[in-house]
Amino acid sequence: MKYSDPYLAGVALGLVLLAAFVFAGRGLGASGAFASAASSAVHAVAPAYADGNAYFAGYLHEPGGAWRSWLVLEIAGVFIGGFVSAVLAGRWRRTIERGHGVSPGSRLAAAAGGGTLMGAGAMLARGCTSGQALTGGALLSVGAWAFIVSAFAAGYAVAPLRRRAWRES
Amino acid sequence: MVTPLLIGIAFGAALERAGLGSARKLTGQFYLTDLTVFKVMFTAIVTAMLGLFWLARLGLVDLSGIYVPETALAAQIAGGVVFGAGFAIAGLCPGTSCVAAASGRGDGVATAAGMFAGMLAAGLAFPLLAPLYSAGARGAWTVPDLLHVRSGVVIFGVVLMALAGFVLAERLERRA
Repeated sequence: MKYSDPYLAGVALGLVLLAAFVFAGRGLGASGAFASAASSAVHAVAPAYADGNAYFAGYLHEPGGAWRSWLVLEIAGVFIGGFVSAVLAGRWRRTIERGHGVSPGSRLAAAAGGGTLMGAGAMLARGCTSGQALTGGALLSVGAWAFIVSAFAAGYAVAPLRRRAWRES
Repeated sequence: MVTPLLIGIAFGAALERAGLGSARKLTGQFYLTDLTVFKVMFTAIVTAMLGLFWLARLGLVDLSGIYVPETALAAQIAGGVVFGAGFAIAGLCPGTSCVAAASGRGDGVATAAGMFAGMLAAGLAFPLLAPLYSAGARGAWTVPDLLHVRSGVVIFGVVLMALAGFVLAERLERRA
């Protein structure tokens, strides 16, 4: 099945964001769930250290604990929604998406390396494309718009170096 | 407990329907061959922004009850640069990596695992990063506060900017 019209999908995504503002008093997010997971992992190994680290401690003391925090439940929902939508559209397929002539191993390494940079960047920026760009963007936050500009500027600067990774043939 | 789960399900489904679980589609944004990321993101921002503005105008929503993410410019610009570089290399962002993983893509799983490792490493390095993290932190700070204008003026400006962007995006795609 073909993907939806981007403007229609954008309106749907905007309504989801609006529903989060109205019913939860906050916007969407993604990186915060990873921060909760990392904080819980550190706490499981070294509880005293985690409580003494201001960053991890901030996630551990959320109401209900890190694993029941709002963003962890929301991201669990993202997995369910993404899975069901892909299955219904006949798009669920076990694959490693990559450019022509790129080995699965090098694609996975790039994905993991890029993901690691995003984790560190999102920690500093207090959020990612969801929590800052979408949510903060719609709320007209100065920091969110600064994040949008700097993230896309860096993306456009780095992408040409990676052009070969996405060759069609 | 049900609200975040339901909102997440709708969020994941909207991203999947738009095709944003695909790294090839997302990277098209950086090579100007497929501007779906820009179109979806800015349509969503404009929709939520206008919806919130009018709901508040009609007295149906109290804006003071909505959490505005904190601004700390130095950390957000530096974090944005590191994040953007990672985004271009991975081809997925944190939310879309979850959708990619949920639709069967191994590169989505690897990106999400990287996110976890990056958060862990940055958290462990927090004592070193704390001065940058908190530099100039000033709580909720909006563009209308910055420019000393009413929010309606900024909202109108964002809508115009988005519309101009959509026209440009369509032209770029026809050329590609």
